[in-house]
Amino acid sequence: MNKNHRVPSSRSLNAVEVKSKFGAEFRRFSLERSKPGRFDEFYGLLQHVHRIPNVELLVGYADVHGDLLPINNDDNYHKAISTANPLLRLFLQRKEEADHGTFGTDSLTRKKNTVLSAVLLRPDHNKKKPPVIISLPKDFRPVSSIIDVDILPETHRRVRLYKHGQEKPLGFYIRDGSSVRVTPQGLEKVPGIFISRLVPGGLAESTGLLAVNDEVLEVNGIEVAGKSLDQVTDMMIANSHNLIITVKPANQRNNIVRSGVGGGGGAASGSSGRSSDSGASYYGYSSHSAAASIPPHIIQNFPVGELESDEDEEDLVIEAGGEAEPIRHVASNHSMSSLPRYEPHLNLRTATTPSPDRAMERGSLEEDGTVITL
Amino acid sequence: MKRFRRHGQESQRDRLKQELFAFNKAMEHGFPHQPSALGYSPSLKLLAIGTRSGAIKLYGAPGVEFMGLHDENAAVTQVHFMPHQVELVTLLDDNSLHMWTLRGHNGLSELLEIGRFTLTGPPGAPPSVTRVTAVLAHSSGELLLLGTEGGHVFVVEVPGFRELEERNISLDQIASSVPDDYIGRRNLEHVEALQENPVDPDQVIIGYGRGLMVIWDLEKKLAIQHIPATQQLESVCWTEDGKYILSSHSDGSYCRWMVGGQDTNEEEKSDIPYGHFPCKAISKIVQLPTEEGPPFLLFSGGMPRASYGDRHCITVIHGKKHVALDFTSRIIDFFVIRDGPEHTGEPSALVVLVEEELVVIDLQTEGWPIIQTPYLVPLHSSAITCSHHVSTIPLKLWERIFAAGKHQNAHYSKKPWPVTGGQNLAPDPPQRDLLLTGHEDGTVRFWDASGVCLYPMYKLSTAGVFHTDADPNDNMNQGTEGEWPPFRKVGCFDPYSDDPRLGIQKIHLCKYSGYLTVAGTAGQILMLELNDEAAEQTVEAKVVDLLQGQEGFRWKGHTQLDIQEDPVMFPAGFQPFAVVQCQPPAVVTALTLHSEWKLIAFGTSHGFGLYDYQQKNSVLIKCTLNPSDQLAMEGPLSRVKSIKKSLRQSFRRIRRSRVSLRKQHVNTATKLQEANARLEAELAEMELAPVQRKIEARSSDDSFTGLVRTLYFADTFLSDSSHNTPSLWAGTNGGCVFAYMLRLPSVEHRADEPVTAQLSKEIQLMHRAPVVGIVVLDGHGAPLPEPLEVAHDLARAPDMQGSHHLLVVSEEQFKVFTLPKVSAKMKLKLTAVDGSRVRRVGMAWFGSSRTEDYGESGLLVLTNQGDVHVVSLPHVKMQVHYPCIRREDVSGIASCVFTKHGQGFYLISPSEFERFSLSTRCVVEPRCLVEAPLHSGCSNQHQSQPDGASSTHRAKHDGEDAENAAKHVMEHALLNDEKVLQEIQKSLEGDQMQVSQTHSL
Repeated sequence: MNKNHRVPSSRSLNAVEVKSKFGAEFRRFSLERSKPGRFDEFYGLLQHVHRIPNVELLVGYADVHGDLLPINNDDNYHKAISTANPLLRLFLQRKEEADHGTFGTDSLTRKKNTVLSAVLLRPDHNKKKPPVIISLPKDFRPVSSIIDVDILPETHRRVRLYKHGQEKPLGFYIRDGSSVRVTPQGLEKVPGIFISRLVPGGLAESTGLLAVNDEVLEVNGIEVAGKSLDQVTDMMIANSHNLIITVKPANQRNNIVRSGVGGGGGAASGSSGRSSDSGASYYGYSSHSAAASIPPHIIQNFPVGELESDEDEEDLVIEAGGEAEPIRHVASNHSMSSLPRYEPHLNLRTATTPSPDRAMERGSLEEDGTVITL
Repeated sequence: MKRFRRHGQESQRDRLKQELFAFNKAMEHGFPHQPSALGYSPSLKLLAIGTRSGAIKLYGAPGVEFMGLHDENAAVTQVHFMPHQVELVTLLDDNSLHMWTLRGHNGLSELLEIGRFTLTGPPGAPPSVTRVTAVLAHSSGELLLLGTEGGHVFVVEVPGFRELEERNISLDQIASSVPDDYIGRRNLEHVEALQENPVDPDQVIIGYGRGLMVIWDLEKKLAIQHIPATQQLESVCWTEDGKYILSSHSDGSYCRWMVGGQDTNEEEKSDIPYGHFPCKAISKIVQLPTEEGPPFLLFSGGMPRASYGDRHCITVIHGKKHVALDFTSRIIDFFVIRDGPEHTGEPSALVVLVEEELVVIDLQTEGWPIIQTPYLVPLHSSAITCSHHVSTIPLKLWERIFAAGKHQNAHYSKKPWPVTGGQNLAPDPPQRDLLLTGHEDGTVRFWDASGVCLYPMYKLSTAGVFHTDADPNDNMNQGTEGEWPPFRKVGCFDPYSDDPRLGIQKIHLCKYSGYLTVAGTAGQILMLELNDEAAEQTVEAKVVDLLQGQEGFRWKGHTQLDIQEDPVMFPAGFQPFAVVQCQPPAVVTALTLHSEWKLIAFGTSHGFGLYDYQQKNSVLIKCTLNPSDQLAMEGPLSRVKSIKKSLRQSFRRIRRSRVSLRKQHVNTATKLQEANARLEAELAEMELAPVQRKIEARSSDDSFTGLVRTLYFADTFLSDSSHNTPSLWAGTNGGCVFAYMLRLPSVEHRADEPVTAQLSKEIQLMHRAPVVGIVVLDGHGAPLPEPLEVAHDLARAPDMQGSHHLLVVSEEQFKVFTLPKVSAKMKLKLTAVDGSRVRRVGMAWFGSSRTEDYGESGLLVLTNQGDVHVVSLPHVKMQVHYPCIRREDVSGIASCVFTKHGQGFYLISPSEFERFSLSTRCVVEPRCLVEAPLHSGCSNQHQSQPDGASSTHRAKHDGEDAENAAKHVMEHALLNDEKVLQEIQKSLEGDQMQVSQTHSL
């Protein structure tokens, strides 16, 4: 009993029609606009509907301006879904040429970026938009920034990491330590919290704004002095969707301006480390955009709250449809089949596919999921 | 101007807060952790217990309790009451002596330290010269005799602790008068014992470690008699008539010596009671006369070393009767209470302090039964795994539980509690409160938590429902006929659970209907009903598959329990009538009962279910498992569990071997050592883990996101704002809330028409923190009343006019949503602001201390930092916060339980609950008076009537009001083992800095 049976009237607003092209073949299906799910699920779905389960793909879509943009992580995937009006046109390519075997999961290097973006942007096929400028900067989100430079001492740096709710790891560790302070009584050793490790490929590392042995002074405006390592950990995790850390960098030589830039646009939205290529190509774009506009991680007094409003606490409420089936008494283990099943990651439902097919598809997705996590 | 007015409002609010909230750590319940010394004052009829942590606790009649704490963090090694006075002297591990007194103040007594003293020897003397090994509080009440390691006896005048150097008895004085043939210049060693002649206070006997005893005349300052025992001395006792001296020795012998004018070198009588083979020392011996018939002889230890060397025994011999009382843990000390105004009559009760409990044996009733202790009950006789508090129990239910408990206590002595000192002046508790503790062995204990004494009312065992590993013939109490020594097991401390799966994890009692549901470690949920008669029941089992077809997982944990299929005879009390077994059999993490709808909801790490206990039918099963969560499938912490299990098994083996096989001691002992070594290695490993924390946003892939943390029933507006319907709410570890609309058949068809549930809402909190509490607030912002509360006219019906609100408490935030359309209305962030996380929450009603009729509902919150907060409702604003538990005390925090009247309990040791209060109106603390005994010795009949007025107003209570508002929803119990262990590890790694909490909310 799939409640996603096509109900043209009420559903149409909520559904995104997808037309996907791979080679000469087209597939059509629909997605729920409010619950697009995650990119890797979407990717699996594409492989499934095209029946090319083991083919590595580059996914592109035509945006409203007719540009061909990549879909390779949750962010641009959601963007694609939300801008599709009403049809989302997808273009799939084999990734073979780009696939030199260097694509380990989670390894995001710039070298790959260029290769990948080159592949994607190669104006060979029927795409008609080769130009360099692909999109407006506002279509991309900043991933990190140095803020409040005007009010902070030069020796401090306030770094904002934009988590955007996706799965890319923040990627750093903190530890206890002690730092030396100058007090009227002389030098004094005080306990402090320090960054102890950066996870390769994590958001923290890729920004280049944080480094090992930087002392953490504040978390989202709250001083950490006097707090235990566990408290600071919990504070950071609680603020992880929009983390603002004030640090005293261990390396004081390149303070303030343009210090830690470099990092290829900084990480941002990852694809949960699932498909290596995707993240990489995104960065390719991202650096382009960075070139076109102000690099996002440079001095910028970001109006706090701008992102806060949508990032912070937009809890997802799913109301079971009013038309839901009459409640049937459930004798035994099949009790829940009449009720919407909770599938935390598998919210993609192809309304067009008949239910037996869907069941199968779900099975395959699940299988896929496990393979990936392992 | 506006600003000014607001300020005025705030100060008004501040004043109100002062009237509503006050933090008070009122008292401790249970058995002191690691007791190390026992003392008794026959004249005050008070007993005193000193502990290894330096606490001194005095107990008299039930309700009469005093506690003091030495500033030094040293163990109390001896406690001596000054005869016929209200003073007592304690000796600590660090060789300091402390004088305490019970001072009257405002009609109440309080325990105060009034002096301290450390012996100073001559300059240059080694410390052993002044190291106190024996203390005698002289009957004059003015002298303290201190025997030392160097063999000297120092005489000190009290209470001022003035050394009377001229009266000291030096070793030289003694040694010079000892016959040469006895010692041959051997060292006499330390002073082991000092005893006063009961008939001549001038005579004291000094017993030296080597065995020599000397009767010394304090006035004449000379030795009267030398008693040349040759074995190492353990204790000395003077018979009451002063004619004989009993000495006990390290080889398991005791001797009786005649006190005569001249030196006698022959012992009158000598015996090794459990002889032939080498025996352990008799550490203390006492002989007491009876008016007619033979005297009582009591001694501890003396067991045959090889076969029973590990037992903790006190032997009582009276005429032909000879019993070796076999205690559950190491004996600290014992004393005998005697009848009569001068405390010289018949021995009436033997009081034994062992490491884990206090046992009192009635010596005047045939068979020497045990007298049930009204306090100092070992809460941890099996380890506490969870607790549940129910306030304001209706009298009817109270009486029925009490009656059921009476049946169980038939084997106890009928004699009243013999320690009767002091007067309990605390007002009668305003209400009847029950504290239920779940234990590792599958029992649930019901405690009367209304007043100062945490009194055991009733014990429920759930093990009978299941087949367990336990060998039914493995009855420790059965001594074989003609066994020697004639052992008798006494005491109830038995921490070795036969089957860890029986452990109780969640409890919910409906005080109106008498329905009780308990859930355990192996996914078992029992429904029980109070029955005043014993009855044979077949328990109907229902297996519920929470995986709901999720595939690819393998449960690596324990198997589910096997239900007894045959009818089982259950004694009067709570009798099970239905069992639900979750599959996989993971520990139950959430449980709630709605007695009006006759439904229970339960959850594990895999999902939750709804069960109709009237139709004995499963209504709803929901799998919350995240497909990528491998950990949840493996069973709770198999590795650590296995160590625990192996330890437990080793212990069990030892206990078995004691009963049956006597020869395998060495074997089991080494096994135990191995297990200990393994555990130590494990702990060391934990400590070595690097102190580093990963900063990572919680994701849906985290382990145990599907674990169900809280379940809640509410009659509210779930689908539209005009019709309220029954609903079930569930919150998970991954920050997800599910709401189900329930459809209940009408009352007349309740038995045959099905109950149905339909998913209505699903809320995913963006911050993904575990949901620890869900409450629906009515139109007035008050929590909905408990089931049947309104039906019993005990609560105001909830306001169904205004719109209801949903309060979701996660570990990090408090968030209020509107209903029926769920949209966020208010929130209070905790973790993001101060880095603490919610560990426990509860609803409470706070009455104003100033006016009877004002009160507020509030949310009680305990954080992982050990702070308690009160959060106002419905506006979720921080009101007050107090540091309550040390943040390193992970098990204390995990054990905390709140009451509906703003009090709380938490474990400060495995055996003790600390009771605290946040309410100005509800405070339970001991209020008692002890008066100095008249030296004539007549009992303290006529005491000045103390001013009781001040004590009564405090706990005044308006039943109706209190009933109204408080709504206790949260489940509280120990988290599963893994969580606790993680926490322990965290705290081990955590730094020791003191945290200053700031709340800028």
